[in-house]
Amino acid sequence: MKIYVPLDSAAKALGADDVAATILSEAAMRGLDVDVIRNGTRGMIWLEPLVEIETDKGRVGYGAVEVADVPALLDGKLESLGLVEDLDWMKGQTRLTFQRCGVTDPLSLTDYEAHGGLTGLRTAIAMTPAGIVEEVTNSGLRGRGGAGFPTGIKWNTVLGAQADQKYIVCNADEGDSGTFADRMIMEGDPFTLIEGMVIAGLAVEATKGYVYLRSEYPDAIDIMGKAVVLARNAGMLGADVLGSGRAFDMEIRVGAGAYVCGEETSLLNSLEGKRGVVRAKPPLPALEGFLGKPTVVNNVISLATVPVVMEKGAAHYANFGLGRSKGTMPIQIAGNVKFGGLYETAFGMPLGDLVDTVAGGTLSGRPVKAVQVGGPLGAYMPREKFDTPFAYEEFDGQGGLIGHAGVVVFDDSTDMLGMARFAMEFCAVESCGKCTPCRIGAVRGVETIDRIGKGDASAIELLEDLCETMKDGSLCALGGFTPFPVMSALQNFPDDFVPNKEAAE
Amino acid sequence: MSDVQTIEIMQGILARHATQEGPLLPILHSVQEEYGFIPADVVQIIADHLNITRAEVHGVISFYHDFRDAPAGKHVIKICRAEACQSVGANALSERALEKLGVAWGGTTTNGAVTVEAVYCLGLCACGPAAMVDGKVVGRVDASKLDKLLAEAGA
Repeated sequence: MKIYVPLDSAAKALGADDVAATILSEAAMRGLDVDVIRNGTRGMIWLEPLVEIETDKGRVGYGAVEVADVPALLDGKLESLGLVEDLDWMKGQTRLTFQRCGVTDPLSLTDYEAHGGLTGLRTAIAMTPAGIVEEVTNSGLRGRGGAGFPTGIKWNTVLGAQADQKYIVCNADEGDSGTFADRMIMEGDPFTLIEGMVIAGLAVEATKGYVYLRSEYPDAIDIMGKAVVLARNAGMLGADVLGSGRAFDMEIRVGAGAYVCGEETSLLNSLEGKRGVVRAKPPLPALEGFLGKPTVVNNVISLATVPVVMEKGAAHYANFGLGRSKGTMPIQIAGNVKFGGLYETAFGMPLGDLVDTVAGGTLSGRPVKAVQVGGPLGAYMPREKFDTPFAYEEFDGQGGLIGHAGVVVFDDSTDMLGMARFAMEFCAVESCGKCTPCRIGAVRGVETIDRIGKGDASAIELLEDLCETMKDGSLCALGGFTPFPVMSALQNFPDDFVPNKEAAE
Repeated sequence: MSDVQTIEIMQGILARHATQEGPLLPILHSVQEEYGFIPADVVQIIADHLNITRAEVHGVISFYHDFRDAPAGKHVIKICRAEACQSVGANALSERALEKLGVAWGGTTTNGAVTVEAVYCLGLCACGPAAMVDGKVVGRVDASKLDKLLAEAGA
């Protein structure tokens, strides 16, 4: 009997390791021949640990399974959820990037290949570098880290640069609250990321890659490290990638707890062993990146999407989406929601459908007050903006951003002045210190919001002015985008900024 | 001056990272794994090895939240303070933890059992409030789960 128990951090945080151990010990007691496979998560976090048993009809799911449920599970007496593939959450999605996540054993290359893995890389090997870049450009893939810059155009710049050494750097410093897609794919399907990096290497003629992985993700670090060794032993990495005669190898590097290192130039400094301070652009990292050499810096999801683009073709991928936002986006639904997790769907779904239907409203059962989309630097969207389609330009038009596609839901007990203050406080803690608007502005921002909280209405104008300065004068998105959550909270929820609110009540 | 034992340990660590490009962070992680913190007397050894100044090494150590200049408690509990966890009660949970331990963020209990730190996102945003105890993740931490974690850590 094959039983799947996820090894994803979220499943582990909810007791998956104990469940897996109990299944083994209970099975041994019953003399059952049980094979426990630790898969990635399907992304239905409210059902974790989601245990699956393989049957003739497909994989039957049980969840959320507790240790005490294991005897009933093995006796066939535990109520099942039915076939996992048939659950509404799974059926509603278009899983391209995450096609294997939760399905396969993350550290089995055999499993990986049996589910379509390496097809994209083999296609790429048969193509010229310019041909690969063109395919990725035609797919319309844009940077999934948040900025949304077209991946193919970035690659083309690096391909055109002349140098004795070029690099592929994967930004796995997923520090945005409400986002966990990078972590999920690294833990659940690490070979996809490795394959994407190898294809990127072939495309721009880079032979060395780095994954800069945040230290807050010890499980992802462990799995990625093992996957790289397995890939190297299987000839997927090394001096002769899959017998192509072309070289590419890579290394996993661990961050050290600085949020700003998710900004690409800070990341490069950190990778070089320096303080993670932002660099002024130009020069672009594509021309002068890691150690001054031409470097592709891409987010995990951008790189992990490349294999499926090469496997199914640019046209297939570009067929999904809305306007200039092509393909699919793994949306992470988090915070105060009934059904939280990862939902990969074509761009264009209205925010309200995501919040009210997919996420099922709040966990607390109270009305939704605000939704922060795009991490700590994203705007707080009120219900009035719930018809905004989930896509780059559409969110931009509403004074927001989709960022890395984290959607954090808050109920009506939330104090938006407090959230605005937190945004400034976070910016002050995490500022790299290089530019004044961010380093000093964030500190003044906390003080100014405290003045408003104490009833000083004149401070509101000051806060607006400060936000303008931070927006226009900061070197990177940390100082430049902190005004998004602050100003959206102020503009969309003015009642929370009314002086002497408590006294008036 | 560093003692013989420190020099020997450091030679081993530096040799392990000899072929890496930009090796300072990996070196510091190895040092912290060995000692539990970054001892002051290794800074000069690293600086000499990489041919950079003591100040540069110190600048890097002090920039990153992860590197400590003194040993932590026996157990390190990190509690997520980011937005997604706040939406499901992380603020109240943090207050409870700090009050029970009688310390501020980054502080260690007087018996040396627990160091409590703020962390901004563990990627467990769909099952918050989240925490991490010595590298082990815990989700949906409520007051009773927190009390249990603190008790187990010997606070």
